[in-house]
Amino acid sequence: MSALSTIPISYYLIFCSLLFCIGVVGVLIKRNALVILMSVELMINSINLLLAAFSVYMNDPAGQIFVFFIMVVAAAEVAVGLAIVVLIYRTTHSIDINVLNKLKW
Amino acid sequence: MLVIIILILLFPLAGFVVLGVGFRKISPRITAFIGPGTILVSFLLSVVVLISFYHFAILPSCHLFEWITIGPLRIPFEFLLDPLSCLMLLVVTGVGFVIHLYSVGYMKGDPGFNRFFAYMNLFIFSMLMLVLGGNYLVMFIGWEGVGLCSYLLIGFWYKNREYSNAAKKAFIMNRIGDLGFLLGMFLLFTTFGSLSFDRVFAGAQHLQPGDPAVVAITLLLFVGAVGKSAQIPLHTWLPDAMAGPTPVSALIHAATMVTAGVYMVARSNALYMLSPVSMAVVGLTGLVTALFAASVAIFQYDIKKVLAWSTISQLGYMFAGLGAGAFTGAMFHLTTHAFFKALLFLGAGSVIHALGGQQDIRNMGGLRNKLPKTWWTFLAGTLAIAGIPPLSGFFSKDEILHHLWEQSPALWILAVAGAMMTAFYMFRLLYLVFFRDFRGTEQQRNHLHESPRIMTIPLIILALLATVGGILNIPEIFCGRSNLGKFLAPVFPNIQHPGSSIQDPAASIPHPASHITEWALISATLAACLLMIFLAWRRYVQKGRGILPDGAAQPFAARLLSQRYFVDEFYETVIVRPLLSLSRMLHDGVEVRFIDRFVEGVGRAVTGAGNAVRYIQAGNVGFYMFMMIAGIILALVLNIFV
Amino acid sequence: MLTVALILFPLAISLMLAFGRNEKAIRQFAFAASVTEFVFAAAALVIYRVSCPCDLLFETGWILPLGVSLKFGMDGISLLLVLLTTFLVPVIILDSFSRNYRRPGIFYALILFTEMALVGVFTAFDGLVFYIFWELALIPAYFICALWGGDDRIRITFKFFIYTFTGSLFMLVALIWLWFRTPLPHSFDYQWLIAARLTPAEQAWVFAAFFLAFAIKIPVFPFHTWQPGTYAVAPPAGSMMLAGIMLKMGLFGMIRWIIPVTPDAMQQYAPYAIALALTGLVYASVIAIRQDDLKRLIAYSSIAHVGLITAGIFTLNRYALEGAVIQMVSHGINITGLFMVAGFIEQRAGTRRISELGGLAHRAPRLAVVFMIVLLASIALPLTNGFVGEFLLLLGIFEYSPAFAAIGGLTVILSAVYMLWMYQRTMFGDTNPVTEQVQDLSPAGLAVYIPLILMIFWIGIIPGIFLETAGHDIMQLLTLIR
Repeated sequence: MSALSTIPISYYLIFCSLLFCIGVVGVLIKRNALVILMSVELMINSINLLLAAFSVYMNDPAGQIFVFFIMVVAAAEVAVGLAIVVLIYRTTHSIDINVLNKLKW
Repeated sequence: MLVIIILILLFPLAGFVVLGVGFRKISPRITAFIGPGTILVSFLLSVVVLISFYHFAILPSCHLFEWITIGPLRIPFEFLLDPLSCLMLLVVTGVGFVIHLYSVGYMKGDPGFNRFFAYMNLFIFSMLMLVLGGNYLVMFIGWEGVGLCSYLLIGFWYKNREYSNAAKKAFIMNRIGDLGFLLGMFLLFTTFGSLSFDRVFAGAQHLQPGDPAVVAITLLLFVGAVGKSAQIPLHTWLPDAMAGPTPVSALIHAATMVTAGVYMVARSNALYMLSPVSMAVVGLTGLVTALFAASVAIFQYDIKKVLAWSTISQLGYMFAGLGAGAFTGAMFHLTTHAFFKALLFLGAGSVIHALGGQQDIRNMGGLRNKLPKTWWTFLAGTLAIAGIPPLSGFFSKDEILHHLWEQSPALWILAVAGAMMTAFYMFRLLYLVFFRDFRGTEQQRNHLHESPRIMTIPLIILALLATVGGILNIPEIFCGRSNLGKFLAPVFPNIQHPGSSIQDPAASIPHPASHITEWALISATLAACLLMIFLAWRRYVQKGRGILPDGAAQPFAARLLSQRYFVDEFYETVIVRPLLSLSRMLHDGVEVRFIDRFVEGVGRAVTGAGNAVRYIQAGNVGFYMFMMIAGIILALVLNIFV
Repeated sequence: MLTVALILFPLAISLMLAFGRNEKAIRQFAFAASVTEFVFAAAALVIYRVSCPCDLLFETGWILPLGVSLKFGMDGISLLLVLLTTFLVPVIILDSFSRNYRRPGIFYALILFTEMALVGVFTAFDGLVFYIFWELALIPAYFICALWGGDDRIRITFKFFIYTFTGSLFMLVALIWLWFRTPLPHSFDYQWLIAARLTPAEQAWVFAAFFLAFAIKIPVFPFHTWQPGTYAVAPPAGSMMLAGIMLKMGLFGMIRWIIPVTPDAMQQYAPYAIALALTGLVYASVIAIRQDDLKRLIAYSSIAHVGLITAGIFTLNRYALEGAVIQMVSHGINITGLFMVAGFIEQRAGTRRISELGGLAHRAPRLAVVFMIVLLASIALPLTNGFVGEFLLLLGIFEYSPAFAAIGGLTVILSAVYMLWMYQRTMFGDTNPVTEQVQDLSPAGLAVYIPLILMIFWIGIIPGIFLETAGHDIMQLLTLIR
């Protein structure tokens, strides 16, 4: 505990923001649906890390408990998302989002 | 007394219902009994009423039940039985019965026989409602009712488009007048708080002559009369209405319906006496119409059209009389006119019947010998309408002329001019139909026959009435006792009565003429009319002129008159056509192109906007995510800084 | 209780009919149910006259935090309109037997559902409940027109729906605004809404919103363009429901809601509203003259008649208001009769173009007689119901302004013009190949018209009972706003 509290919270903040931004950029730029999902996971995990850090910093376990909730939801969401991607691949043989643009006017 | 009134009204109504419901099943023989029979009953009951008048006093309003009651507005179904309505009752049911009898013969064999008598009975019922009404609204029921019946009867032979058009024209012109009547009634209610005759006339006693409300009321009511009685400018429906069967013309357009306007003005004399302006309007309209119509009649070739224009002209005389204050005179002329005009129409019907449907007098001639009864009765009618003593028309017309002289000699001169024209065109008709040689086809000549008894007996009855009807109201200078005048006296309280010495300061006759002047006037009129009869003899019998085929060249004046001053054409161009184009224009131009365009434009704008905006849904997931993130960032920024 | 029964009963029957199978049974059941409903309404009339209107009141809470309660009741005016509704629906159902609508279960279910919604509108004493039933009435009307209507019905019915709905939304906004202005705690209750305190500017806006909604419904010029198309394309039963009863919702709304809630704005803008209504009268009458489509002509005549009623309502004159109520009932009966005849002609002759018709009086004399009677009632011949209403309306308008009455009186002339000309072109003259085939009304067909004709003459000759029923409430309304 004490080893963790010697690292200033600002370090965690910057680190997680960077991770988050990498995730956002990945969502925006990447064409592969799987990679986009991974980037979303990256964003979620950066938030998880930040929550845990703050929970130690504030001495409030609620943050870490919330991390568990988020992990469960993220797992469920990944499962559903990957299932959708698999099905799309089966029908259209592609997971490039520039190709998968049929839900339009 | 209420019971008698209800019975008088009920019999014709019952006749209508019975004949109307069973019009396909009842045999014509039974209809021949029911149709005239109901009217006969009403006539006999009216005679009972007359007799009771000489034994009892005037009976008050008879109240049937409350019709419309809203707070201060109380309009019951009420009836008024006084000398005026009694007179009208007798005329309507008496002449009506005679005409019904005639129709049994005239309409024989027509597939619509039952329907005809149903309508005729309904018409009598409406007319009786009109004259018996105790307030303006009950009168209005009959007013519109007779308009409806004239529509049904003019367009009786409905397969013919022309006839239906004539019927429609009659109804619509009547309705124009009715609007005036309605507005007059509203103003009556606002001024007097009631529409009942007794209340209104009692209230009128408290008003000053020239009261603007009364002036407006009387003028508006007169608009109604102009429509109903075919005065200028709402007169064009009457000649066209000759499309109906001839008994219809006799009943509706000669004897009864068109006289409703005269009756209404006479009934409202308390109001009209308060408004000299209205009296002048009434009188002048009547006089102008009388002259106008008489001039047109001179050039008509259809026997019924001549009589139609003659009717308009005689109605004009009645209104001229009313305007001059000759209320009794106008009612007297109404009565005698009912006799001789119905006679003339029925006689014309007899001629048409004998000729198998021919109505153009250019194809008639010399019918004196072949149709003796028709000829003698027609002669009686013509003499009466021309005002030759001692027939009835002379007395009634003379009374009106007398009053006109009292108002102004100029009016008298104009009226006499009209009388001269009347004598001229009526005898022209007589000569062209009954004198000279027959101008019809061989086939018609062989089929010429006098009408059956059921048609000639009414003619004889009416001829007798037309001849001796004058005794109803023989004036003082002929040693008469002015019976009708005395009879109607209670109805016209402000008028100086002929033969009496009551000098009422509000009397309409400022300076009653001396006997010498009267004799001079009568002689002058008579001489002028006899001159015209002679001139007509010269032209049409001796010289054999007056037959012009259609399309022949005529001097402009003649063309103007024979085309009825182009009034019909004027109305067609100025009112009918613009209305129809307005209708088309409003629909295509305003409705479709303007208003609807606006409404549909809103819809199109929304769909257009949607069409434009939908391209945002490009299906590009990457773009969606970008916009999502951008939106979140924007929200955050706004949250921090705003 | 009776009031609620009047609403719940048709709803229940409607649900039962929707799932029915046997066509014949459905028809008879629908008719029997509608007659029963009429009996209920007649019972309500008896109760109203014998004891007081409070016996007809029903109240229970619904959405308490918003102050919405299910409050239904009937006073004289509502009672007359409910009677009109419950009287016309059996007649309409009876007439529809000869037309053989497919899927009768759904059809009659929709008709009875409409009846329920209409009764709800006329008896609601809570603002939100009024609005809900107002919208509810629109839905079955849309379906009736869309499923059983004539050509191009989808587009036209859609336009009708959206147009009316838009207007009602303004009304909803106004109601909500009113709610904010009611004394605490806020409520949609009728008495509370009347008691709401509004500044003159607010009154004007609320008035405008309500007026827009009702004006579209009635319709008043220039918000009328949805109407001719809809009436022409709707099946006969649909146009009878729409023209006979539904448009009365708008007129009723004016009397029940606009007059007590925004009296000052109403009096201030009355001249404009009357001018608009009378313009519509003349405009629609003139257009009707050249119309070739029989049902469109009747639709335009309807606009003319209700324009007069609207003008009368805005005069806030006792006679005009009575005339308006009577004319609402009369117009409902007459227009139903007219559309019935038009439906018959369209069915038998296969066309409703007047230029293609002619000589029908010769082939179908019974139809000619019935048509003439309804026509005469429509042009306000004395002794028919139309005359009583028109006379009172014009009298009231005359007391307000003689000039307006003169313009309003033009309907006397113009209605005769377009109606008689239409009658002449369809009934008189010679028959042509199209009309040769037409058979006359059977005695059964004739029997359907008998109730209408009876009412035409009853209201025309003995209007006393109808005038009295409405009179008391009209006086109350007028004293309330003074």
